[in-house]
Amino acid sequence: MEANQATPVKYDMEVVRWFTIAAAIYACVGTLIGVYVASELAFPFLNFDLEWITFGRLRPLHTNVVIFAFGGCALMATGFYIVQRTGATKLWSNGLAWATFIGWNLIMVSAVITLPLGWTSGKEYAELEWPIDIAIAVVWLMYGFNYIMTIGIRKTSHIYVSNWFTMGMIVMITYLHVVNSMAIPVSMTNSFSIYSGVQDAMIQWWWGHNAVGFYLTGGFLAIMYYFVPKQAGRPVFSYRLSVLHFWALTFGYVWLGAHHLQYTALPDWTGSLGAAVSLAMIIPSWGGAMNGMMTLSGAWDRLRTDYILRFLVVALAFYAMSTFEGPVMSIKTVNALSHYTDWTVGHVHSGALGWMAMVAYGAMYHMVKKLWGVEKMYSEGLVNVHFWLATIGTVVYVVAMWVSGIMQGLMWRDYDEYGTLTYTFVESVSAMHPYYAMRAVGGLIFNIGTWIALYNIVMTVRTASSARSASAVPANA
Amino acid sequence: MSDHDKIYSTQLQDKTERSTLLMFVLTAIAVAIGGIVEIVPLFYLPNTAMCQNDPTCNNTQHKDLNGNVIPMDKIIWNPATSAHKTLANWQPGDGVRPYTAVETAGRNVFIREGCFLCHSQMIRPFRDEKDRYGHYSIAEESMYDHTYQWGSKRTGPDLARVGGKYSDEWHRRHLMYPRDVVPESVMPNYFWLADKKVDVAETVETLKVMTIMPFNPVPKTIYTDEYIAGAAAELEGMTDLDALIAYLQGLGNHVKFEEGVNYRD
Repeated sequence: MEANQATPVKYDMEVVRWFTIAAAIYACVGTLIGVYVASELAFPFLNFDLEWITFGRLRPLHTNVVIFAFGGCALMATGFYIVQRTGATKLWSNGLAWATFIGWNLIMVSAVITLPLGWTSGKEYAELEWPIDIAIAVVWLMYGFNYIMTIGIRKTSHIYVSNWFTMGMIVMITYLHVVNSMAIPVSMTNSFSIYSGVQDAMIQWWWGHNAVGFYLTGGFLAIMYYFVPKQAGRPVFSYRLSVLHFWALTFGYVWLGAHHLQYTALPDWTGSLGAAVSLAMIIPSWGGAMNGMMTLSGAWDRLRTDYILRFLVVALAFYAMSTFEGPVMSIKTVNALSHYTDWTVGHVHSGALGWMAMVAYGAMYHMVKKLWGVEKMYSEGLVNVHFWLATIGTVVYVVAMWVSGIMQGLMWRDYDEYGTLTYTFVESVSAMHPYYAMRAVGGLIFNIGTWIALYNIVMTVRTASSARSASAVPANA
Repeated sequence: MSDHDKIYSTQLQDKTERSTLLMFVLTAIAVAIGGIVEIVPLFYLPNTAMCQNDPTCNNTQHKDLNGNVIPMDKIIWNPATSAHKTLANWQPGDGVRPYTAVETAGRNVFIREGCFLCHSQMIRPFRDEKDRYGHYSIAEESMYDHTYQWGSKRTGPDLARVGGKYSDEWHRRHLMYPRDVVPESVMPNYFWLADKKVDVAETVETLKVMTIMPFNPVPKTIYTDEYIAGAAAELEGMTDLDALIAYLQGLGNHVKFEEGVNYRD
């Protein structure tokens, strides 16, 4: 899986460096907006009567920045890194990779401008309007084509497992984005889905859940399968398990979206089918999580000293936890309680903060050292501080949402002795206040960690650059 | 035999791992199947409100308590068979209809402000939801909702049947300064909607676009040329706030539901 040591390959790593730095910046921005919108729900005066920063307009910006800007840049950085190193080849086209970098960042800038203006298609996690949707399709295909062509020109015989997952993501996100974004424009800034009602709902959640399944899970599993073995210095625990993990997830995850629509006007069979496959997905998901965990067999002692490994292991623990929680929430009787509540929000964040962000940071720290040719981060102690802030912040956030979600669900369905509803809706709103405040605090703790990471990465780069100019020897990428 | 030639799994897996093209093709097939199985039938099965050019909506049969099929034009308003022939004459209970020009302008505001992020429009068939919000939602009720608004989160209450529940004046005060009416509310103030005039051109264009949708378009017999031509005059001088209130007041009273009928089978 590594380059032939006898003839070192000159990789195209400059674009990877830029994607890595961009990811570190977007993580700070995206989670900061998250803290702000969370605070708006706890303290509504924070909307400040400015239309551009009302919850309804900022919340899509939060999700877009964390998923597509932070997540996207982390995926593209690690993807271009992994595909070169596992294939012992340069990129198929370095120019196309740079075009991808510029294009993706322009799309993110356009999101920052258009969403606060209220230019939204009104589809969750696909809010960007049609001209930007077209740009996303173009840039995504540039990325995907370059990636797959680079696999094609690899010098190694087998395609490494990380690249299977990334390839699955590239194909599926293309399907999803194209089908879900089909709309007829009424102006440059407004458009309407060509589907309506039941069909639009199903297609939306086919998109919504598979953006999770293939982008935030598949793409980040590619990271896991490369960086966990690398950081632990051990081979992947089981190759066969990885084969099962990949094909089961690739085939199975696609079916899950319907479980977001239990008890709605979607036909019953569709939601039940979605829930049944959701439950089945526990097996490959836990197989994959175990595969990552067991890779540490014989290297567990390193958790005491290796802070980067801590990120990766805790990420796997959160992966296992959320891939159990998700199927449980898809069961109709549980879903009857959890749907429409904060429990869903908590579930998403245990995946997004605990799994996705943690595994991404583990990989980013690992890459920064390799990309800038340094032995240690500027401060290994700050990596540890970041680790604890990220872990504690995530736990505080998720616990707050569990409590508030289950409480909401129980209050809404509660009857008094006379057979009338015990609580008005607004009583459930005011009961949420302490948990909304607690959630904002959890998010803030996590956000502080991202700034520390950015500082640490920037200082590492600066130290490496000054050392390099002092010795005038190019660092190994 | 070198290490690279040894097969660690099956022959097919080994072959796939060595071929970029084969890996690509098999992956592309594997990820397509689930979506096709779950989505495509929703375009031809009954009870999905896919009604275009078919007054029975793919043979949807809601049966009354005597087992007789309820004609679909009792559920979806059909100006040809209804006593009320135009959008202006339509009465609550006549059946599902598309939005009026004013409601359409209000719906555009609803989407623009991301109201669906906190308010669902999909009532589930539970006792508490019936008591709190009303009859459970049925597929036909959102058949004209291009870009559906079912939502996924209730930070605020469901709005599927909010129409007629409060007065226009209550909505006006509540939308402008929610905490003046409901002190515990966490909704932002939307008083600035009262200062914005509705985007007439965009609303008229929206009406036109709804008639050319490939799935469940609004029939030209409802959005007639005259209706679209007259829309601009109807919208003249209205604010975003007026339009939004009109939209909210039109939600959920389209169908006259009968007790005990299963509208989802």
